[in-house]
Formats: sequence, C-alpha cells, structure tokens
Amino acid sequence: MSHEAARLRLKTWICAAVVVLSNVFGNFFLKKGMPADLPTPWSYVTVLFHPLVTLGVVLLILWMMSRMALLSWADLSYVLPVTSIGYALVALVGWLFLAERIPAKRWAGIVLIVAGVALVSLGTAPRTHKPEAGR
Amino acid sequence: MKWVYIAIVVAATTVGEVMQAAGMRRNGEIHDFRPSALGRALAMLSRNIFVIGSVVAMAVSFFAYLGLLTIAELSFAVPVTAITYVLETILAKYILKEHVNRLRWAGASLVICGVALVSL
Repeated sequence: MSHEAARLRLKTWICAAVVVLSNVFGNFFLKKGMPADLPTPWSYVTVLFHPLVTLGVVLLILWMMSRMALLSWADLSYVLPVTSIGYALVALVGWLFLAERIPAKRWAGIVLIVAGVALVSLGTAPRTHKPEAGR
Repeated sequence: MKWVYIAIVVAATTVGEVMQAAGMRRNGEIHDFRPSALGRALAMLSRNIFVIGSVVAMAVSFFAYLGLLTIAELSFAVPVTAITYVLETILAKYILKEHVNRLRWAGASLVICGVALVSL
C-alpha cells in the first residue's frame, strides 16, 4: 500500500468512527431523554432543553457534519455499507445499557452487517475517483 | 397512504444523499480540521447548489418519515428504508461514476439482509 493510500485509509477510518459513534450515542441520548409523551406543540420545543435531549441533538449535528466531511473524499458506495455498522451497535447499546433482549434472528442480522462492513472496509479503497485537479 | 409515504421517504432520501455526495465531491477533500477552517468550509458549502438541494430533500424525507411513523410501526419503517441502500449504490455507479466492484456489491447485499433481519 502506498503512503498516500495508507494516509487516506487511516483518515477514513477515524472519520467513519466519529460518524458511527455520534449517530449511535446521539440516538441513544435522544431516546433516554425523551419523556413518555409530548402533549402540546409547545412541549416539542421545551423538550429540546432537557440536558440529555440537548446532548443527543448536539451529537446528531456532529454526525451530519462528520458524514459530510467523510463524503468529501470517500465514495458513497463505500460510506453507505461501512457506516451501517451503526445498526449493529444500536442493538448492542440497547442490550448493554437498556437491558433489551436480543433474539437469535437479530444476532444473525448483526453478524451479516458486520461481515458486509468488513468486506467493504477491508477489501476496497475508500476512493475510486481521482482527486479534483489542482489539489 | 402508507406506500405513498414510503415512496416519498425513499425517493427524497436517495436524492438527498446522492446530492450530498456530489456536492461534497465537488467541494474537494477536507484537509484542515481546525475550527476556523471548518467554519470557512461551511460558508463555502452553504453556497453549493448540491448541498442546498440535499438539505431540502432530507427535510422532505424527515417530515414524510414522521408521517409514516404515525401510521406504521417502527419495526416496519426502518427495514423499508433499507431500500435506499440498493438505489443509492446503483446511482453511485451510474451518476457519481464510482467503481462499484464485486466486493462492494457483496458487502451492500449482506448489509441489506442484515438490516432486514435486525429490524423485522
């Protein structure tokens, strides 16, 4: 692997980790901070100032920005499967921190997702197009 | 009605994410992660027609998704949105001109089956 390819791969993995973790924990805190029901339209606004909900929203903003940064150099057909490891992590976080049960079918799905992610992230380069001229 | 919402969510998400990828590609690789440089990059992106289009499409997708959730279960809504994986990979090949090799097709297919199993 050339120096440039190694640099790009390391940068891609770090950024992809930020994308995935900010999404998983953003949704987790959102779910944790959300009250059982939102009775009035105004409560949709005030709920945003609940500390856990605010943290969730901040993490989801980080998710959006890191995903855009990742797409500035990595292919969409690379980013889509690689960041879908989040589906597996969400299930694991529910199992570990929310005491949710994971049935056998869901474990099988998690294994398939991890296999797909490994195939794309280890087997293909993040970028298949030439960088724009002048860079 | 349910399938109308699904069609809107899938179409808007697909268009939004492909436009986002096209816009970021046109912007070029982000090298500098210091806050001031990121602020300048954001200012540039807010004038990027593809990025603006993607934000509009994702807003449409978000509200159609909320509408879908009022009449469908979450465990149905999430796997259904995995359809966008197939569409976006096809568009990545033909519109974004990415080289989607066999490994990527295989990986995307495994992920789609896995997402369906996890959420069904």
